[in-house]
Amino acid sequence: MTAQKLSLAKGLNAGMRKAMEDDPKVVLMGEDVGKLGGVFRITEGLQKDFGEDRVIDTPLAESGIVGTAIGLALRGYRPVVEIQFDGFIYPAFDQIISQVSKMHARSLGHLRLPMVIRVPFGGGIGAVEHHSESNEAYFAHTAGLRTVTCADPADAYWMIQQAIASDDPVMFYEPKRRYHERAEVELDESAGAPLPLHSARVARAGSDVTVLAYGPTVKTCLDAAGAAQGEGKSLEVIDLRSLSPLDTDTIFASVKKTGRCVVVHEASTFLGMGAELAAQVQRECFYSLEAPVLRVGGYNIPYPPSRYEEDFLPDLDRILDSVDQALSF
Amino acid sequence: MPDDAMDSAPVTPTPVRHHETVVTGPMEHDITDGGPDMVQFVDGDGNRLPTSDANAEYAQIVEEMTPEDGRSMYRDLVLVRRIDAEGHALQRQGELGLWPSLLGQEAAQVGAGRAMRPQDYAFPGYREHGVAWCKGVPPENLLGLFRGVNHGGWDSNANNFHLYTIVIGNQMLHATGYAMGIQRDGDVGTGDDDRDAAVMAFTGDGGTAQGDFNEALVFAGVANAPMVFFVQNNQWAISEPNYKQFRIPPYQRARGFGFPGVRVDGNDVLAVYAVTKAAMDAARAGQGPTLIEAFTYRMGAHTTSDDPTKYRIAAEVDIWREKDPITRMRGFLASKAYADDAFFDGVDKEADELAARIRKACQEMPDPPKPAMFDDIYVDPHPVVEREKAEFIAYQESFAGSEGGH
Repeated sequence: MTAQKLSLAKGLNAGMRKAMEDDPKVVLMGEDVGKLGGVFRITEGLQKDFGEDRVIDTPLAESGIVGTAIGLALRGYRPVVEIQFDGFIYPAFDQIISQVSKMHARSLGHLRLPMVIRVPFGGGIGAVEHHSESNEAYFAHTAGLRTVTCADPADAYWMIQQAIASDDPVMFYEPKRRYHERAEVELDESAGAPLPLHSARVARAGSDVTVLAYGPTVKTCLDAAGAAQGEGKSLEVIDLRSLSPLDTDTIFASVKKTGRCVVVHEASTFLGMGAELAAQVQRECFYSLEAPVLRVGGYNIPYPPSRYEEDFLPDLDRILDSVDQALSF
Repeated sequence: MPDDAMDSAPVTPTPVRHHETVVTGPMEHDITDGGPDMVQFVDGDGNRLPTSDANAEYAQIVEEMTPEDGRSMYRDLVLVRRIDAEGHALQRQGELGLWPSLLGQEAAQVGAGRAMRPQDYAFPGYREHGVAWCKGVPPENLLGLFRGVNHGGWDSNANNFHLYTIVIGNQMLHATGYAMGIQRDGDVGTGDDDRDAAVMAFTGDGGTAQGDFNEALVFAGVANAPMVFFVQNNQWAISEPNYKQFRIPPYQRARGFGFPGVRVDGNDVLAVYAVTKAAMDAARAGQGPTLIEAFTYRMGAHTTSDDPTKYRIAAEVDIWREKDPITRMRGFLASKAYADDAFFDGVDKEADELAARIRKACQEMPDPPKPAMFDDIYVDPHPVVEREKAEFIAYQESFAGSEGGH
């Protein structure tokens, strides 16, 4: 019996622990990740067990964290960087875009940067400004990076290990308001190989409308699908898991089946992931579509003060409204 | 706070002064004089200077150098200047799109480069052709970036010389992280000269303003990382002089980060070598980082795209021409009878041959096959890159045999 009931946070913790046990070159670094275990306690207990050289409490400077992680990777380490909150990643933006994403190509393949940059993202926790952003599209847009996000404890456990094992740099987005959601996680690979890192997953099968979601909105969409069922509408919810590259085979197969597609994310819709998904879906599924691809997302304003966030974030009602729109064509 | 606190506050706050004396004020920069702290062993005329407060700490290193060391450094200076001149000429002839000249900074780079051991790692900016030479990087490797056939592309680990970094200051953090890796590998302070390693990070006076530079100093200080920050203060960040970059000279900044800073005459190769060797030895021994400011001058333009006559006066360049690092070293070797005309002529001939080799390599450098732009974006297969590469090849092939082919 190797299944355990774990929270998403503990899934990440267990996954990183496993990766550190398996490979002595894996090092964790970030602000407060050591003794405190991170502000979300994702790295709790790891410094105690692996030492200060492998779980590094860094100075409070994001460019410095990512920049030195690059140097460690060049020396043969596999750094796993924690950015404390989504909105604090911008000081490191230059290092990520100018260096992390391009190093392999600039060196004509001589150099590799097998590093993971973990980003707790999204809103819904009543936080002050800069703590609730969804900036995944910047990185998904950037060639040379791989960008993924987990939505449940099992994916947290397996995907973080796969990301660490990747020889390419991976942006790893963690849905912070789902950190404490719990589920059974199979910890043993012999019980069945985990889904590859860049595969999407049909989280709930359905026949009327395809709903594409990732990270924190997967659960919201599953809830919406449950509610829709009561009204006789069958939603197929796909957890994208990988934002770059996209598992377009899974996406297209679903939309060709349902003929309708709604994309749901917390990020503002303008030039967000939904824009890319809509473009690709209309290109590949044109003759199957019964309705335009619709998007439900954050409004195109800076993330608002938290008293507004219930109305800013896509919720069950807004998702079902869009589903109804799609069905009305 | 009680309401009356506002009433009792002075209208004009009493200015709070610094407790420390700021050595150099913003208007006091003399960009031709490095001041009394500057370590120097050979003056502009090639005379060996006596021991002073500034250079005493490093005198033994210079005294232990042999005439052959001196000749070999002179050779490096001349060859490096020739590599640079050839790069400049190739740009003017249209073979390169751009060339950043190191003219005037040969001693700074050769002195630093020669203080590195094979296991030490260099993280350059984009002007470090002299360091590349000392690390054994074939000069031809440097051309691809400036010819536009690649973004550098050499194997950094072949000579422990990282790719050129164009975004000013980014590399300082990579160097620091690499040094942290050396620590974790246990390759510091073992006493084994073939094992203990350190890192040298290169930037210029302009780079010292970057956040990444300052973050690197913080991280390196906290980690006690085995590394040297080597700042070539060539007085100009394109058109902006020192006084627009900082209020105190870079070497004085090190103290605030918790490790030593040294200013050295960047046109005196013996002084640069001695200071850098001492700092690298300390780093390898586990004594932490040092910041070295090599006080030098950019004799040429920022790059071949720049026109320095727009922002600086010829008289300043003339003063620095008198401090030329090669003339100085040649005068020193000749005055000590460490080298004769036959030696100097031989080095010049070798420089001619090297220049011809570089020119030939540049002219013969082929454009890469077009689909290669899709290669090495990712280590593992990537569906988007693979699909676009296939589409690109098919598109290109659609022109085969047609007049309108691209």
